[in-house]
Amino acid sequence: MAVSPARIASRRAGNVVFVAFCSLVTLVALVALALILYSLVVQGVGGLSLDVFTKSTPAAGSPGGLINAIVGSIMMCVLGMVIALLIGVFAGTWLAEYAGNSRYGGAVRFLNDVLLSAPSILVGLFVYEILVAPFKGFSGLAGAVALALLAAPVITRTTEDVLKLQPTALRESGVALGSPFWHVIRAILWRSASSGILTGGLLAFARISGETAPLLFTALNNQFFNWNMTRPMANLPVVIFQFALTPYPDLNKLAWAGALLIAATVLTVTIVARALTKEQKRS
Amino acid sequence: MTSPTLEPMGPAANGQAADDVSVLAIDPAVAKIDVQGLDFFYGKTHALKAVSMGVAGNAVTALIGPSGCGKSTLLRTLNRMYALYPGQRATGRIMLDGEDILRPSVNLSTLRAKIGMVFQKPTPFPMSIHDNVAFGVKLYESLSKADMAVRVEESLRRAALWDEVKDKLQTSGLGLSGGQQQRLCVARCIAVRPEILLLDEPTSALDPISSAKLEETVTQLKADYTIVIVTHNLGQAARLSDYTGFMYLGELVEFGETAGMFTKPVTNRASDYLTGRFG
Repeated sequence: MAVSPARIASRRAGNVVFVAFCSLVTLVALVALALILYSLVVQGVGGLSLDVFTKSTPAAGSPGGLINAIVGSIMMCVLGMVIALLIGVFAGTWLAEYAGNSRYGGAVRFLNDVLLSAPSILVGLFVYEILVAPFKGFSGLAGAVALALLAAPVITRTTEDVLKLQPTALRESGVALGSPFWHVIRAILWRSASSGILTGGLLAFARISGETAPLLFTALNNQFFNWNMTRPMANLPVVIFQFALTPYPDLNKLAWAGALLIAATVLTVTIVARALTKEQKRS
Repeated sequence: MTSPTLEPMGPAANGQAADDVSVLAIDPAVAKIDVQGLDFFYGKTHALKAVSMGVAGNAVTALIGPSGCGKSTLLRTLNRMYALYPGQRATGRIMLDGEDILRPSVNLSTLRAKIGMVFQKPTPFPMSIHDNVAFGVKLYESLSKADMAVRVEESLRRAALWDEVKDKLQTSGLGLSGGQQQRLCVARCIAVRPEILLLDEPTSALDPISSAKLEETVTQLKADYTIVIVTHNLGQAARLSDYTGFMYLGELVEFGETAGMFTKPVTNRASDYLTGRFG
């Protein structure tokens, strides 16, 4: 059956309108992102100086830097990631290899998905209730736990997903050699899925490194340099939050510098994660 | 390659009698494995029906039949691979060296050390060629580095892969071609020094040249191993095997010496399958 020229013309017109609309909306999103990045870079670079990496957060009017917040953020993120990797990798492995379609497995999978999108402030409040209030003090430890609770579901999910992508024959050929199944998981499957699991870890790290809300209730902040994780601990997101709200221009500048540092870290981590994913697809 | 002459025998597939079955008994003196009244279930699906068959030692037994007939299932009961999956179960007896391997008390690790398996798709582990071959050995023996190197070389030689990889043992097994990967899997199996090799359509993912090489390897291994091979390639079954079992819808319809089966099948169903009337 022949299609009339009028119909073809109207389809073409419809196509043009649709593509134009999609492009426009994409443009709006990109412009907004570019503006944010632009002001972040301009203001942030202005705030960067050697002091940022050598001095602790100052009181208004005196010179200072962010080193206590940088170190605090790194310590809490690293400890948080260690906890989250332990929970996430094992939970994801259990879901992929042992849970199958069991009811308990389904429940765990569902709850993990809920946690995945839980508001981070709720996680902060939860940790406040179990680790801050009973011990009568904010601490870096509590901050790390709050961050771990945010990262663990991401890692659980990606671990389960990449393990499920591994071919059944790979498991069976390990088992066929007489290897116990846990050994097949440890020596073959984890290795085969390692770049995927690592990618999940890096994405989780990117997620938690900018979190402010959970840290407000747990690590709080600290004016001074501090290695002790049982004490309140300075960290970049909370410092940015507080300094951005002060009327003092030099503190505002430090906040910008901190924001730039976080953005640069997240960008780097995301790029590394992408590169790893690509490598995995190739092999 | 010699393809057996096939001549149509007997009436076509429709007039089948229920007793259209012919199973050659293997002399217990040469039988390595004796399958007795084996039934297999995937949940409620009855996949193997009262299969009884002997597997002669130091010979190649081929299992043929249309897709879904149960030949891979039968192979996977021989090393109890199905035990990995809840819901799959086997009843009957499979005697190996006088012991029923279907008994729950059987140690699966020791059983699988005796019985190696190669799969349809090559499955090199994500590690070096050397470590691939050493993987199974390490589960059972603690060899010195030098002894392990000897074992790895010996296994790769037997799998006819040594000359191609001897200069790159420390590179990843994933970097080999499909045919090389499959021979690596064979080497990995024989490194454990099993007595039996199960091959599940080992050449169906390979190109003709790689397939021919793998067949050559299998022929050479026959002297020392009891081999059971599942194949869709009738020519391959005819070339490689001493005994052939034809399966259909979960039943072992005909089992006998390969030469006889391919020239003068006894049952109508095997004859129809071999002459290409169905399958």
